[in-house]
Amino acid sequence: MKNKNLYNYILGIADNSLILGQRLGSLTGHGPSLETDIACTNMSLDLFGQVRSYYQYAAKIAGDNRTEDDIAMLRKEREYVNVLLVEQPNTDFAYTMARQFLFDVYHLSFLQELQKSKDLTLSAIANKSIKEVSYHLRFSSDWIKRLGDGTAVSHQKMQDAIDGLWTYTDELFHQTEADKAMVAEGIGVDVTLLKEAYYEKVKAILDESTLQTPESKWFQKGGKEGVHTEHLGYLLAELQYMQRAYPNMEW
Amino acid sequence: MSDKKNWPLWEVFVRSKNGLEHRHCGSLHAADEEMALENARDVYTRRSEGVSIWVVESKNITASNPENNGEMFEPAHDKVYRHPTFYDLPDEVKHM
Amino acid sequence: MSEEQIKNLETQFEARIARDEKIEPKDWMPEKYRKTHIRQMSQHAHSEIVGMLPEGNWITRAPSLRRKVALLAKVQDEAGHGLYLYSACETLGVSREELYEQLHSGKAKYSSIFNYPTVTWADMGAVGWLVDGAAIINQVPLCNTSYGPYARAMVRVCKEESFHQRQGYEIMIKLANGTPEQKELAQDALNRWWWPSLMMLGPTDAESIHTEQSMKWKLKRKSNDDLRQQFIDQTVPQAELIGLTIPDPDLKWNEERQSYDFGEINWDEFWQVVKGHGPCNKERMKARVGAWEEGEWVRDAAMAYAEKKRNRKEKLAI
Repeated sequence: MKNKNLYNYILGIADNSLILGQRLGSLTGHGPSLETDIACTNMSLDLFGQVRSYYQYAAKIAGDNRTEDDIAMLRKEREYVNVLLVEQPNTDFAYTMARQFLFDVYHLSFLQELQKSKDLTLSAIANKSIKEVSYHLRFSSDWIKRLGDGTAVSHQKMQDAIDGLWTYTDELFHQTEADKAMVAEGIGVDVTLLKEAYYEKVKAILDESTLQTPESKWFQKGGKEGVHTEHLGYLLAELQYMQRAYPNMEW
Repeated sequence: MSDKKNWPLWEVFVRSKNGLEHRHCGSLHAADEEMALENARDVYTRRSEGVSIWVVESKNITASNPENNGEMFEPAHDKVYRHPTFYDLPDEVKHM
Repeated sequence: MSEEQIKNLETQFEARIARDEKIEPKDWMPEKYRKTHIRQMSQHAHSEIVGMLPEGNWITRAPSLRRKVALLAKVQDEAGHGLYLYSACETLGVSREELYEQLHSGKAKYSSIFNYPTVTWADMGAVGWLVDGAAIINQVPLCNTSYGPYARAMVRVCKEESFHQRQGYEIMIKLANGTPEQKELAQDALNRWWWPSLMMLGPTDAESIHTEQSMKWKLKRKSNDDLRQQFIDQTVPQAELIGLTIPDPDLKWNEERQSYDFGEINWDEFWQVVKGHGPCNKERMKARVGAWEEGEWVRDAAMAYAEKKRNRKEKLAI
């Protein structure tokens, strides 16, 4: 492949949306209210829409007849490069919203930078996605506040979720080799520069929600290098089932 | 059932495009006005049906009672002089 | 009100419906009209949200991203349709929570077909094609039903559903034109969903209890048997077109009737499933009750937060 770094860079962006979209999609029909159910499916659909744009572009770069679905469904566990945060399970609605919020804050600031990319396709995808993700952030922030500052029960559950997921936040700002190469070319976003504003923004919302910002400085990493938590394997088993059980067919 | 905790009902009005009025398109449940707006967006504008949304909690709507429809609406029926067709014009006047 | 006055009101009421006038929530209506409507609309709403489960079952396993987004959007629409219909019900003074209670306690019914399992991907095709096909036949006439909120909800539902059946049929086309293994998946799904789809249109006219009154109120425009015949006549050629075989040895074109004759429906199976002995009745209810119960603390928190916010605002105002 001529442009291996760009290809890998795109997967680094798109895999996050794929895995998070898959997590949200599995909640369809099981939400706490019909209205919330519909809202979460909307976010899932936004994310899958983004995924398809990214993978279609990646497939074009690969230039070997692979399709968006090959990229989405026919890689091995170690070849997915999403961050660990997005693969964490739907433990309960607090976890689902905390995961969403912690990702949305990052996602929006990332897209705002990606919009300035020299790569016009990525810039265009970012431009479109910003509107979707701004809404996701609005939605998830509102739920952080509602649950954090709701009842004693919801406060505890939301605090547990934030505490439980906190360890996965730092990885958002790690750079892979592909990241560095793309930053150097003016295509990629230097995520290290987003970190400070991220934690400030998160803390502001947590404060408003009467939640404690965790102080732990020990963070998990590995997703961007393809070393995942045990949760991802099961997610992939479902995601890939049809393509694996019935290879080389059209659907 | 704990009925005091149930999310109240809201009525949703959507303007489909600028230049048109908001129209009632249905209702939904939400805990507060922000959620009502967000839910309305997610439920009623999934297919680009709107450019503006109003939500109002159903209990805040005052409605006329159909039992009073006689006194409310029928007195207007015979006031034909409010309509242009009531007035005779010579045929030569084409547009007025 | 004297009995005679009520009788008089009822006559006027029936005359209004006969003149194709719509009935609106605050209008006077016979108690039976109200009850029948709550029953039918809520049953319809319950069917939509229970109907999310068999298809939701395949969202995480859809074979391509294109299929995945289509399925997600479709199942999401069903949540929306449930919501529209519950809202229509609420105009008659019954709350969504009460309706859920009826569903969860087993007092209210929903369409039996959703008690069958979706075992392969092809079932997404069969359900969209057959189950939505049968549903549309039932629903289109309801856009003109006499109760305004129900009619308006149905207009919205039918408009949105127009892609659902296509979505399913397209899946079937792909499978039927695919590898032998894929074609087998399609045929197998048709075999399993054909008869339940016919049953979905309701018991035969001879056994249907509500029909006459429902016809008058335009809750029903055609009899179950007529709807079933219409469904069969339109579906058989669609199956033939993609080379699938309807699993009914007695099915044949009747030149004289210009319709298909078809075999005996196993009504015993139908009633057993209605009574709760279908393959998935328990799982479906468990999923619905589970979602509702697990969501309770979330709904409570949102209310508590809304109240705090309101109080803070009021304090600021003082």
